[in-house]
Amino acid sequence: MAKVFIYPATSLILSDLVARFGHQPLGSAISIREHIQTSGFDSPPIQMTSEDPQKGLKWAAVEVPSGIRGRLSLYGPLVEEAEAAIIIDEPDLAFGCMGCERTNELLCFMLREKDIPRLELNYPTSREEGVTFVAAIKEFLVDLGGEYE
Amino acid sequence: MKPYDPQYVNTVTKYVFVDSPDTTPQDIAIAAYEIAKGVMIKETCFGCQITGSPEDVDRIIAPLRKLDPYRIYVKDRGFPPGDARRCRANSGGARPGYLGHEYEMALVRYIAYGLEQTDHMTPEELKAAAGQEKLMQSAFDVAVLEHLIEEE
Repeated sequence: MAKVFIYPATSLILSDLVARFGHQPLGSAISIREHIQTSGFDSPPIQMTSEDPQKGLKWAAVEVPSGIRGRLSLYGPLVEEAEAAIIIDEPDLAFGCMGCERTNELLCFMLREKDIPRLELNYPTSREEGVTFVAAIKEFLVDLGGEYE
Repeated sequence: MKPYDPQYVNTVTKYVFVDSPDTTPQDIAIAAYEIAKGVMIKETCFGCQITGSPEDVDRIIAPLRKLDPYRIYVKDRGFPPGDARRCRANSGGARPGYLGHEYEMALVRYIAYGLEQTDHMTPEELKAAAGQEKLMQSAFDVAVLEHLIEEE
């Protein structure tokens, strides 16, 4: 079972397909869960603490805005852990947790720089593209050693 | 800043979505309740949320998927159900992640069709169906760039 980073990191479709074909999807939920299940200090109503932008310094320079560094404190450890990545190019889904374009650019850059198997594709817009989309992901994941559930 | 005491430590929460003409979210929730054995199930308009130990959640999800294998989708959730920081009962309006789900749920019918079609394909057929790997956009041609600079 390989750890596969999914981009968009909140994607339901990618998360399901990666788990369905026998691997572990790495997305926002994993980091958020770890973050909110760890005791410490809180700054309600904001979940980020002042420590998070400092942790993000490992992946982004000090002049990078703290919002990006804070987000990278969640995504950075996942990228380091990832053994493969599936990236959807230019997703319309870029709001909510994935709403920071500069973070997204840096995240994709980190994934492309890392020497891991990577699949890049677009969201399907028809049934035929749906077959191509699923077949490409299934073939990629089977090559990683996954098994259908 | 104030001390933060987390709830539901060492649990996982997973969403179960369904988009099917044969299976309703209520069917999913009832099937989940039947085998819950004390695990927290929250019925929703799209399926349910299951919160418990990783083993318990997997134990419930495996039979749920079999109800409609191509049209049931599962995803991790960071927050437990009803968390005051995310629950719309406290914050009002849709929670941020809902918009993402709404967008992707419009596409899952293509995924369901793709899963159905690829399920019985041989490795060769799968390779053919997957098609060419998406080519990265090539870098800007240096000669063109030089020409543009000279024009300026």
